[in-house]
Amino acid sequence: MSQEWPLWEIFIRGQHGLNHRHVGSLHAPDAGMAIKHARDVYTRRNEGVSIWVVPSAAITASSPSDKGPLFEPANSKVYRHPTFFDIPEDVGKM
Amino acid sequence: MDTMTDLDTALFAGLCRLGDSTLVLGHRVSEWCGHAPVLEEDIALANVALDLIGQTQMWLGLAAEIEGKGRDADALAFRRDVWEFRNLLLVERPNGDFGHTLMRQFLFDAWHQPMLKALESSGDPRIAGIAAKAGREVAYHLERSADLVIRLGDGSLESHNRMQAALDTLWPYTGEMMTADATDQALAEAGIMAAPDSIRPEWDALVRDVLAEATLGIPPGTHMHKGGKQGQHSEHLGHMLATMQWLQRAYPDATW
Amino acid sequence: MYAQMVKSEATNDDPEKLAAFQARIDAGEKIEPKDWMPEGYRKTLVRQIGQHAHSEIVGQLPEGNWITRAPTLERKAILLAKVQDEAGHGLYLYCAAETLGVSRDDLTEALLSGKMKYSSIFNYPTLTWADMGAVGWLVDGAAIMNQVPLQRTSFGPYARAMVRICKEESFHQRQGYDIMMKMAFGTPAQKAMAQDALNRFWYPSLMMFGPSDKDSVHSAQSMAWRIKMNTNDELRQKFVDQTVPQAEYLGLTIPDPAVVWNAEKGGYDYSEPDWTEFFEVIKGNGPCNAERIAARQKAWDDGAWVRDGLMAHARKRAGAQVAAE
Repeated sequence: MSQEWPLWEIFIRGQHGLNHRHVGSLHAPDAGMAIKHARDVYTRRNEGVSIWVVPSAAITASSPSDKGPLFEPANSKVYRHPTFFDIPEDVGKM
Repeated sequence: MDTMTDLDTALFAGLCRLGDSTLVLGHRVSEWCGHAPVLEEDIALANVALDLIGQTQMWLGLAAEIEGKGRDADALAFRRDVWEFRNLLLVERPNGDFGHTLMRQFLFDAWHQPMLKALESSGDPRIAGIAAKAGREVAYHLERSADLVIRLGDGSLESHNRMQAALDTLWPYTGEMMTADATDQALAEAGIMAAPDSIRPEWDALVRDVLAEATLGIPPGTHMHKGGKQGQHSEHLGHMLATMQWLQRAYPDATW
Repeated sequence: MYAQMVKSEATNDDPEKLAAFQARIDAGEKIEPKDWMPEGYRKTLVRQIGQHAHSEIVGQLPEGNWITRAPTLERKAILLAKVQDEAGHGLYLYCAAETLGVSRDDLTEALLSGKMKYSSIFNYPTLTWADMGAVGWLVDGAAIMNQVPLQRTSFGPYARAMVRICKEESFHQRQGYDIMMKMAFGTPAQKAMAQDALNRFWYPSLMMFGPSDKDSVHSAQSMAWRIKMNTNDELRQKFVDQTVPQAEYLGLTIPDPAVVWNAEKGGYDYSEPDWTEFFEVIKGNGPCNAERIAARQKAWDDGAWVRDGLMAHARKRAGAQVAAE
């Protein structure tokens, strides 16, 4: 009885200490092998220092139809962005 | 050879043993490219082969330098005949099924990793340097091959049987890795290379543990093949070299 | 191209939804897997991305043919790394297709049964080392022509896969041309091999773009959906214009006396490839079709016990963990 290996989502943190970033997916029989495959598939050009693997089936995504209600409220909070405030140049860098 | 000291002659041989083994195994593993059981594994095998080819360039490059006859790593790899090759018999075994390829890799890695660790303390800084770089790559090879041997040994009935068959076939080729001859002894006494027999305890322990977890049984026979390190090979190597060296031999004046 | 003659699927969806979907594409928005999309868009993409992935995988074989015969350690390593990249690219593309609800196993079965195609180019043999140069230079050169614009394609996972692929592929064409330079400027035998490789790969490379599609309804639909970015003739002309001076630099002759600069159109004239041959190759009658599929079938069959064995072990481990809790 053949069963296809499950799909995993791969997240890699690059050299510079930034957040783990989604880089793609691959198939593996379990998490341990998914890590090894991720190392071989997604860090061939020295791209990473840390790997996360997550079963694709375990990801809950926001629904596209929620796009408006989920993200629009943030649009109006322009004061959250530093460019909202005018600081005189004489004050120096801030 | 008149300008080489006895120790240099031994060192040249010792470096060829390392470089030829990585060359031949790297070549064998590269034969899988495009034919592996699953894409992820195809990519992983190529990584191992690439590491081994890179190590070959370093070992044979140094061998050529020690020899001092104007040859380079490519000349050693592509212009020597079978009887001049010094690789272990184990690595020239044909790929067979994936189980044979994997078991061959594991039995070699289990020797390769401690050997490189020992070579990091070589009195020759060039050797210590190569061993340190190669050691980081091989540590991963061993982690990977040991893990896969366990998984397939303790996997399905078919994968178990295939892994056991591979072990039975390859086991008699393992003794050579840990048997020292006069060349090995001279290099060990000079503090340049670790004696192969000094690797035995670590190899034994590691192989025993992994095979036990893989539910695989060590074959009862004690006979071990030997000769690769002295240039006495199986018939397989000649065919491999005929393929590998063909272009260099057919067009000796060309540069590539 | 790597995806040749992909027929677009008819769509029977609500016209209002269709219009809204088209508006999103026209506005340059990316379509993501969970977004609503016309059934035709989904099916066409599965076919196109799948064919593209298959081409990468089958494309390993003609170059893999020379890994064991590469003439230096460095050439061996470079070629192996390149063919390995192709496996990676196939993997990225299969994953992109999987976001549309097909599995990689389904796609593989479709390739092996002949239900899905791969690029015609990989059914030609690689006979000398110069072919490694020609494949990198011409075949990768032609592929890049198509893949660079596809980074802007409308389907998000496909576009992202193409970004990664283009980034990795930048060295492939250069390594091919590097081999061609060594051959073309080498011994008389090497130069002869270089010319021979160009002779054999020129027309098959032109065929990669597919027959003229300026009047094709399928292409028009795919272009409207932004899953095809240029017409086949546009890309072919661009390829010829780029390649002719590169051949001149090598001192090699394009095997087509009709290749002359046409100042009026600002490009080179050239002869059409033999489209009868192309259709035969697509049908399965190329020089290497049978070998290519047989090699993939063997890898798939021989690998079954490995895939199943590893899955069996993973299940055992998961079971042991549950029992221990």
